[in-house]
Amino acid sequence: MAETISMPKLGFDMAEGTLVRWVKNEGENVNKGDVLAEIETDKATVEVESSASGVVKKLLVEAGSVVPIGDPIAIVGSPDEKIDEAPTKPVEPKAEKKTEETKGEELKTEPEKPREEKPVPPPSGQPTPAHAPAPFGQATAPVQEGPVKASPLAKKIARDNKVDLARLQGTGPGGRVVRKDVEAALSAGPSKVEGRPSVPIPSVVPVSHEDETIQLTKLRQVIARRMTESKTSVPHFYVTHEYKMDALMAMRKQINDYLPENEKLSVNDFIIKAVALTLREFPNLNASFAGDKVVRHGAVNVGVAVAVEGGLLTVVNRNTDQQPLRAISADVKRMIAGAREGKVRPNDIEGSTFSISNMGMYDVENFFAIINPPEAAILAVGSAREVPVVENGELKVGWRMKATISVDHRVSDGVEGARFMQKLAEFLENPVRMLV
Amino acid sequence: MAKITMREAISQALMEEMDRDPSVFIIGEEVGVWGGTYAVTKGFYDKYGPERVKDTPIAENAIIGAAIGAAMTGQHPVAELMTINFAFSAMDYIVNQAPKLHYMFGGQFQVPLVIRAVGGGGRQLGATHSQTPDAIFAHFPGLKVVSPGTPADAKGLLKTAIRLKDPILFIEHATMYQVRGDVPDGEYLIPIGESKVQREGKDATIVTYCKGLELSMKAAEELSKEGIEVEIVDLRTLRPLDMGPVLESFKKTNRAVVVEEGWKSYGVGAEVASRIYEQAFDYVDAPIIRVAQKEVPLPYNRTLEQAALPQPPDIVAAVKEVLK
Repeated sequence: MAETISMPKLGFDMAEGTLVRWVKNEGENVNKGDVLAEIETDKATVEVESSASGVVKKLLVEAGSVVPIGDPIAIVGSPDEKIDEAPTKPVEPKAEKKTEETKGEELKTEPEKPREEKPVPPPSGQPTPAHAPAPFGQATAPVQEGPVKASPLAKKIARDNKVDLARLQGTGPGGRVVRKDVEAALSAGPSKVEGRPSVPIPSVVPVSHEDETIQLTKLRQVIARRMTESKTSVPHFYVTHEYKMDALMAMRKQINDYLPENEKLSVNDFIIKAVALTLREFPNLNASFAGDKVVRHGAVNVGVAVAVEGGLLTVVNRNTDQQPLRAISADVKRMIAGAREGKVRPNDIEGSTFSISNMGMYDVENFFAIINPPEAAILAVGSAREVPVVENGELKVGWRMKATISVDHRVSDGVEGARFMQKLAEFLENPVRMLV
Repeated sequence: MAKITMREAISQALMEEMDRDPSVFIIGEEVGVWGGTYAVTKGFYDKYGPERVKDTPIAENAIIGAAIGAAMTGQHPVAELMTINFAFSAMDYIVNQAPKLHYMFGGQFQVPLVIRAVGGGGRQLGATHSQTPDAIFAHFPGLKVVSPGTPADAKGLLKTAIRLKDPILFIEHATMYQVRGDVPDGEYLIPIGESKVQREGKDATIVTYCKGLELSMKAAEELSKEGIEVEIVDLRTLRPLDMGPVLESFKKTNRAVVVEEGWKSYGVGAEVASRIYEQAFDYVDAPIIRVAQKEVPLPYNRTLEQAALPQPPDIVAAVKEVLK
């Protein structure tokens, strides 16, 4: 008896898998447990074992195809067995239904043609060319794309009796589930309609991976030391604020329309400028803790964390509060490019009085940064995104961005952190103030 | 219970009401001396005289206009339109004046007017004299539209119509005057605005009225031979439309065919089907199918005319389709 091998369900939320490679080809002998194919889910690449011994009679999908879970992918049988194209013993319920439908079509003897255009299953015994999987794909696809085709009455009876409509084979026009189908399922008893049959858990042979030891680079060593020092000796507190970014996003677009590609302003450029202007009003946060005193720095030099190979650096824009946006942007661009090429000048990475770490480009809602000693605070910036917002009791779409300041509690307190974040809003939400 | 024709039933209704109430009078083309184009008022002229059975010129707007004026001033006119197709000549009076006077003049006037109009095709009267435009009239709030399918209903409904204080369009079918049916002895009234189950069944519901009832009854006999028992709900009144028995039947059968002689587009079937979807959505087990006239001006040629009109085999096929 031939057995159909189906796309296994390898994770709770897995809906389909990509058949990356066939390990066995048609005609090859296979033992139960042998690897048949490699399958890639959105999480990992895994091997699919044959659940039967015999000969690979038929590979039903091409390598590279995306296959819904439960759909047949191969048929294994005895060498002399004649194989029907239609999968004969599928593992998954969806495939089972489809099989019945296919049979139903073949059994249909009325001269009258169904009105609906249905995919015509390939005739029995005719080999499906490997390069043309479409007809088979249609014949073996899950029963419905989108909602289950059922009459409103069938839906209501199913709802009232907790019958899963997707499990029923409709006998109405075009396979529509109608009242008598649901009633038939109900009279067949609850076991038929409640829940789905358990899906066998495919046994996966774990691929062994050796441990690896990596020597820390110089940069990594510095980061390790400084971050440990900061997190163990500096008492951090955090204040998160959400900013309305609509005006800033609009203004940025307007400005960028006038700028060449390599000079366009980033959202971060605005944030740098806004932070610098705010810091000018909060000297206590533009400061360093020094034993029995606090040094409030005269200059506002904003550091910008830059991810580089194997770690990160903070490049420093000097006298940021006094510089126009475009100058800040150009300077930061130059330093970031240099940092990524491993060509930073010491001057570019020293002397910051406050740092910004922006992970907005990585679709981050919000995060907390570790203070870059000896600074007193650092701002962690999330993504600006369009979200549903309530304004004056009305639901709207608006640009919002969250940022969190980490502050050295020895220097400052929560209220000052909160006021800083509020003040920052005055610039970010009225960006024209950064230009005048 | 006597078996009489639709013609006799309508005639009886008119006569009984004229005997009962001297303010009831008949006005129309050839209603008097000639006795009515379809012989409904035969003998009326001799019995009631020219004062109460008024022949008019061929001027439908004058007929309806005069009738409205009479109704406003306390008479109970029964105006006859030789065919409903001529109603278009009096359209302003029928849809714009009669149904709105009571409303627009703060209730000062009532318009107790019955307009009897002969509709329907099948008599080779050509495209302009064979129409079934019932839905057009049923569109207007303020105008009641009645169209019976049996002699008993015709009599009871017409008597009620004459006694009501509202303008009522009473549509009779040109090919149904010879239809015979049981009519109760003695005086009786049937309320306007009540649908009725004319045949009980369990497999599917046919909703229809007037000529459609006759056709559906024939289809039901054919279907019965195959073991399919349809329930037939006769609307009898298009406005106000009584969905009660329709919904009750549909909730039992879950499948419906709507049969009308008029065109399908924007028709009675569309209205009924839509209301079923709105009011009994959870009982729908198959799409409702409309059987109606082909979307053409009705041909004069007999074969073509019969092909364009809905026929019992069309209804049989629709019922089978809806039962798939």
